[in-house]
Amino acid sequence: MYSLKVEDVGKRFGERKVFSKINFELFTGDSIAIVGSNGSGKSTLLKVILALLTPSKGVVQYIEDQTVLSDDIFRSYISFVSPYLNLYDHLTAEENLIFFSTVAGFHVTGKEINALLEKVGLEGRGMDYVMGYSSGMKQRLKYAVALLKKPEFLFLDEPTSNLDDDGKKIVFDIVEEYRSSSIILIATNEKEEYDLAKDIVRLT
Amino acid sequence: MPKTSSGLLSRSLAVYFKDLRMELRTKNALNAILMFGVTTLTVVSFSLGQSGLSPKLLSALFWIIMFFSAMSGLAQTFIREEETGTSLILNLTAEPNSIYIGKLLFNLTLLITMTSIITPMFFIFTDAPTENILPFVVILTLGVFGLVSATTLVAAIISKASVKGALFAVVSFPILMVLLMVLVGATEKILDNNSLSSVSSEIQFLIAYVVVMTTISLLLFKFVWRE
Repeated sequence: MYSLKVEDVGKRFGERKVFSKINFELFTGDSIAIVGSNGSGKSTLLKVILALLTPSKGVVQYIEDQTVLSDDIFRSYISFVSPYLNLYDHLTAEENLIFFSTVAGFHVTGKEINALLEKVGLEGRGMDYVMGYSSGMKQRLKYAVALLKKPEFLFLDEPTSNLDDDGKKIVFDIVEEYRSSSIILIATNEKEEYDLAKDIVRLT
Repeated sequence: MPKTSSGLLSRSLAVYFKDLRMELRTKNALNAILMFGVTTLTVVSFSLGQSGLSPKLLSALFWIIMFFSAMSGLAQTFIREEETGTSLILNLTAEPNSIYIGKLLFNLTLLITMTSIITPMFFIFTDAPTENILPFVVILTLGVFGLVSATTLVAAIISKASVKGALFAVVSFPILMVLLMVLVGATEKILDNNSLSSVSSEIQFLIAYVVVMTTISLLLFKFVWRE
């Protein structure tokens, strides 16, 4: 059983307060949507939770069976998909998948790669350079990378950004598949996206 | 337990081969380094001619060319991650030590490639004495390791800044000044036909410099990379 504890978290950039006093605790099987107007700090909160930014106040803890996970360990449990997270354009989709699995410390077979690409609707495009992909295809490939490690914590920032209807359905299916076995956080303004989550945290 | 099964070496090599593959496809860093090195060398050789330059001058010229050529390309490996927006997913996926070691190996490959092209050209263009070539290669090898060990961490630091290009040379210079002074002194003695034993203290310094710089960089890299 895993949990994510966000305790009294606040973030400031200089004099400007982005958000403060964010509190919630999630357990495996929980999902939460972080919603708010543009500039309210949804992506910033996600980055703080992902330890990509240091909180100005408060703590974020990743816990496995009452043991707080260290920085290096919890990263092996999380996956993140976002429009501003880029893959390597000068590598093919397959090379990207092999690289991210190896660098994360595990081996992925050709069969698993094909299955992942098929899952996100990119079958037959694995040998293409990512620079030749459309923005929607790149977004789909990010999901394939995210699912490489079967994450215990799945973070999605604007999850259906750049995707067509088929792509959106793939994302909804992925969220449904991981709903019971993962903790899911979604930062969004789209109703159909925050409806995927059980609870909502609203930033003002 | 973390979900990792492969070791630090294979993860570091994954970073190394990824950078190498991308460099072979784009040739960004290699072109920058080689263009600077060849241009500088050509200008120097045409302006000074093959007029029997003193070992002191030859040694200084050689390391000036090496320093600025290295500065023009060694930061690319980190800057490219920042500029293309891939540093975020690399940060989330890879352990800092494997990134540092992979990038260090990549920079080493880049500088060895550059050195193996620039050095023969330097000897041809300047008519530098070649009798003592083996000791020269020893000093050169230690110099390359020294340059790479000191500048890889600096490259990671400046990749987060907005004015990257100029900053790299400015921040690297104080760290590299001692190294360059020792390298120029040792190379001068070697070009003056002294034996390798005459530069034993310089060799000891260079080995210590590489070990200290690499160790410090390994310890500090995590904080630089993740902040």
